[in-house]
Amino acid sequence: MVNVTIDGIRVSVPENTKILDAARLAGVKIPTLCYWEGLNEIAACRVCAVEVEGFQKLVTACNNVVWEGMAVRTNSKKARDARRTNLELILADHNAECPSCVRNGNCTLQTVAGEAGVREIPFDRNIPAKKQEGNFPLVRDYSKCIKCMRCIQVCDKIQHSNVWDVVNTGEKTTVDVRDVYRLEDSQCALCGQCITHCPVGALHERDDVDKALDALYDPEKITVIQIAPAIRTAWGEVFGLSPAEATVERLCAALKIAGFDYIFDTNFTADLTIMEEGTELLERLKNKESSRFPMFTSCCPGWVRFLKAHYPEYTENLSTAKSPQQMFGAVAKSYYAKLLNVEPERICCISIMPCLAKKHECAIPVMNDACGQPDVDLALTTREAERLIMQAGIDPAAIEDRPLDLPLGVGSGAGNIFGATGGVMEAALRTAYAVVAGRNPEPDAFRDVRGMDGWREMTFDLAGTPLRVAVAHSLGNADKLLKAIKAGEADYDFVEVMACPGGCVGGGGQPIHDGCFCAPDRAEVLYRQDADSPLRFSHENPSIQAIYADFLGEPLSHLSHQLLHTDHTLWKMPNEE
Amino acid sequence: MEDPIVAGVKIILFVDRKCGILYNREDKTFINIVNNNERKKEKGKCGCDRFAPQEKRIMSRLSIVNKDRATETVEELYKDAERRIQASQPGLCPVDLAALFLRLCHAQSCGKCTPCRVGLGKLSALIEDVLSGRGTAATLPLIERTAGSIFESADCAIGREAARMVLKGVKGFREDYEEHINHGRCLGLQNQPVPCVALCPAHVDIPGYISLIHAGRFGDAVQLIRKDNPFPAVCGLICEHPCEERCRRTFVDDPINIRGLKRYAVEHESEVPMPEIAPATGKKIAVVGGGPAGLTAAYYLSVMGHSVTVYEQRHKAGGMLRYGIPGYRLPREILDKEIGILQRTGFQILCDVSVGKDITLQALREENDAVYIAIGAHTDRKLGIEGEDAAGVVSAVEMLRAIGDNNYPDYKGKTVAVVGGGNVAMDVARSAVRLGAKSVTIAYRRRKIDMTALPEEVEGAIADGCEIAELMAPVRVEKDENGSVAALWVKPQIVGEVKWGRPAPVNADAPEIRMACDLVLVAVGQGIDSRYFGENDVPLKRGTIAALDSGAVTTLEGVFSGGDCVTGPATVIRAIAGGKVAAANIDEYLGFHHEIKSSVALPPMRIDDNEPMGRVNMTERPAAERRRDFCLMEHCMSDQEAHQEASRCLHCDHFGYGSFKGGREEKW
Repeated sequence: MVNVTIDGIRVSVPENTKILDAARLAGVKIPTLCYWEGLNEIAACRVCAVEVEGFQKLVTACNNVVWEGMAVRTNSKKARDARRTNLELILADHNAECPSCVRNGNCTLQTVAGEAGVREIPFDRNIPAKKQEGNFPLVRDYSKCIKCMRCIQVCDKIQHSNVWDVVNTGEKTTVDVRDVYRLEDSQCALCGQCITHCPVGALHERDDVDKALDALYDPEKITVIQIAPAIRTAWGEVFGLSPAEATVERLCAALKIAGFDYIFDTNFTADLTIMEEGTELLERLKNKESSRFPMFTSCCPGWVRFLKAHYPEYTENLSTAKSPQQMFGAVAKSYYAKLLNVEPERICCISIMPCLAKKHECAIPVMNDACGQPDVDLALTTREAERLIMQAGIDPAAIEDRPLDLPLGVGSGAGNIFGATGGVMEAALRTAYAVVAGRNPEPDAFRDVRGMDGWREMTFDLAGTPLRVAVAHSLGNADKLLKAIKAGEADYDFVEVMACPGGCVGGGGQPIHDGCFCAPDRAEVLYRQDADSPLRFSHENPSIQAIYADFLGEPLSHLSHQLLHTDHTLWKMPNEE
Repeated sequence: MEDPIVAGVKIILFVDRKCGILYNREDKTFINIVNNNERKKEKGKCGCDRFAPQEKRIMSRLSIVNKDRATETVEELYKDAERRIQASQPGLCPVDLAALFLRLCHAQSCGKCTPCRVGLGKLSALIEDVLSGRGTAATLPLIERTAGSIFESADCAIGREAARMVLKGVKGFREDYEEHINHGRCLGLQNQPVPCVALCPAHVDIPGYISLIHAGRFGDAVQLIRKDNPFPAVCGLICEHPCEERCRRTFVDDPINIRGLKRYAVEHESEVPMPEIAPATGKKIAVVGGGPAGLTAAYYLSVMGHSVTVYEQRHKAGGMLRYGIPGYRLPREILDKEIGILQRTGFQILCDVSVGKDITLQALREENDAVYIAIGAHTDRKLGIEGEDAAGVVSAVEMLRAIGDNNYPDYKGKTVAVVGGGNVAMDVARSAVRLGAKSVTIAYRRRKIDMTALPEEVEGAIADGCEIAELMAPVRVEKDENGSVAALWVKPQIVGEVKWGRPAPVNADAPEIRMACDLVLVAVGQGIDSRYFGENDVPLKRGTIAALDSGAVTTLEGVFSGGDCVTGPATVIRAIAGGKVAAANIDEYLGFHHEIKSSVALPPMRIDDNEPMGRVNMTERPAAERRRDFCLMEHCMSDQEAHQEASRCLHCDHFGYGSFKGGREEKW
């Protein structure tokens, strides 16, 4: 332990504690802007500079450690002046059109500058051009980038995607796409982690709220909404609702009040995915010689993009099952259109997803199996859904829950945990076991696949046959896993990969909390809901049983193949031949 | 701090530059002028805060002082800027730099003439357009035409040379201009690694080991160096230290004495533990040549668990370290000790075995899983002048090789002429002095400042008593009746036009000069004895072995090559880097991915105000003493010096871009 003094307050902290953390223990808050613990400790913004007794130059608190007897002053004139000057300098080059910014009210620069008392910018403004072009789901606004470098760090270190890099030097230094000139030509997986790590509005999703409203106000259109599992862990955050209050039923009520026609649950097609993908796995295991192993899950389009970009030779290891989002679209515009007795073209299928890659996925040209038009018309992120509700003037705290519509609004707890890393694996194992053994396992029999370790592997006894499975989340771990498989150092039957750290609950489309890795808490919400659910097995979902009985026949039937499966080789990433 | 303001027989009144207070040196008082009539004397130190109030400043007599102060400050700033340019880091945008240089040129313009006064500004604006993404297809031709016209029509060098710089840039980095115009950004990505680490060919963790030296952990420092360079003792003495070239400390004062610190660490380490050897892989590797490249590869490959045999054609291993570098720079016992440490990793050195004579390359390839060819550059280049076959014309390689085997020739009373201007020329000249020569004259066809030898080597040779005959081109060797050297005839030269960045010498209108001498030592470069390998399917490129940057020889499966025999005669640290690269790629080639890392934990980052502080330079034994023996010439830093020098490190691994990218490679 070392003894230090922060603004006159004595604290004793472990050796190698950062000044920032020592100050926190002393109850002193040192503002930070570029800093992200463990990821971006580069002291670029210089906002956390403090005075250390005995030294003339200021010292950044975020990346320097304390020593015995260190005396720190965080609010000396020198420190205050430097903090304010640096913020003024950042603002001089920042497009501070705050009211129209997507991050208004949730912007670290706004907060820190406000708290530091910056009121006027004494410098000429020099704001780079926006340079926005194209229709890519991920948008970079160069006029707002403050060069904190977090996007580069998360993309390199956590996602191993290396999409961003520093370009130019001196005054012209900025962050831009690496190796190519346009984002759409890059190997971007569209995980959106750069957005959730951006302290300002320099990175955001393509805003599709207006398109959803266009459909809403089109009298010809029947709007059908699906809500992904992870949404129910986070959508209420911006409205001040706890996870217990922010139920999917309350979200359903808000969307109904906003005017949408039918509100359904992606959990339903998560269950359907289990039926199709689980059966596919059992089929592959039956025909081991002619099948490719390991079989990879295909629910996460960020992962699919990453795999195709960096390991295209493994594309056919992906399950042919569509993701729950796409299965939902195909079902909505076939089965449900029939139930409604309407032309499928009249249905506008909108999904609410924690994800940017879903915007790409629904626009893949071959995802049009129900009627020739896109199965899913629009994918909104959790944040867009929040904005949509906010724009409609709805106060979710003040409304009553409403049940989701039938029959596509019924999902099992197994479908619900799709939103957390390991969830797809656990749900699949529950049903696979039941199919092979002829009886249900304990619902929590496979809980060992849960957790936040980046790459977990287990072997389960599937009624006599050992099944070697692995779960990875974040593309960095996926990359390591693929490298190991490629090198022959790892060998599995079935692998679940989620692009985002923690799975969809940590998705790039989720609400943003600067500096916080929210996925573990959000995952807990899903597991609690699963535990409380009367339905713990996908195959026991009555709506699933009904759709097979009335429409699809059985898993991997001809109709299932047509509607619920896809060929991942039919579209290309920019580098694919 | 102070400027004299009263000139006279004895200057006693000074004015404090900062606060304008008068200071009397005689009685050490400050004169505080309250009003024109009242002068108040105060004792003590001038504190600018205390004496600075505006109304108390003295009036008219300060104006001249202010002007002088400005000039003086600008002179200081010139020096600051010079040092900054000198240490400018790699990876900068050439177009941005071109714009900067142009602004400097424009500030120098007197403004009399149109092309310079107006033109340079317009050029600046055009380059700024390029940098700001406003450039079009027409911009570059306009820059060229404008700069061309300024170059041709400027009245003096201020404008003309400014335009020349712009034209040079447009030609030299046209692609960078075009990338900015077409895509609004620099060619390539920003890459600003830690300068010393990046410029060290072996990428030694220099800030890391300097912090360990500062912390007094010398053994750990040496261990950390060995992660990337197994020759810390050798390099501490004779490395050409490219690491110091762009040391950012130069922005403050002068580069860190990195080599000196390394030597200090080596001399103060207690026994350094050997790295852990990986489990035996069962793979066999033959290394041809026991010089720095071969031994480096052998060391790392052994650490990786491979079984390595080094084939050395001379009596002892060491290559040019033994047979090229005289002992007063690198004592044999230090070299032997270092090679002994490397061998503790378990590889074998077979001396007096020449590949091509005693064993064939084919046999080596058949018996081993991989072969690394690192035969160095050990043949001498001839002068190609009449009489070169005279007895007493000795090549540098021949002379230093004999010394390497402890066969010291006797030069007592001899008059020696050395031909050449590189480090090897200095080595033979200084060795000749130590061998008892009566006089040693180095004949060089260019000027002394054009010599490729390190300036300190040239100065050292002069201090040792060597003469430098600059601008003297050897034309023939005169033989006596026995066919021995009688004299070296040289033709005086005049320095001429600059070609390829160096002024070329041309014959002067002066008669040839006869330099009577007994010996002519020729040090005009070395070649590679690659013939045998060329005849055995190893691809050659102008005499060097053609290998990729990975060390792989493309046409021969499992054969790698590196060091001087690939690069041509170069530095020891480049050879070491070659061996390190080869070790990594041979390991990969054999299907492994062993990681070389160090277990040394670095001390917490030190905070320092980094105020300017002089660089500790190395000192040497007095010339009169050292020129009589082959003992180590250079003194080591003292404890006090080493601690102070280590504290000067700015730690670019933590402060600056290094905390973001390129700061530290913990393993390779």
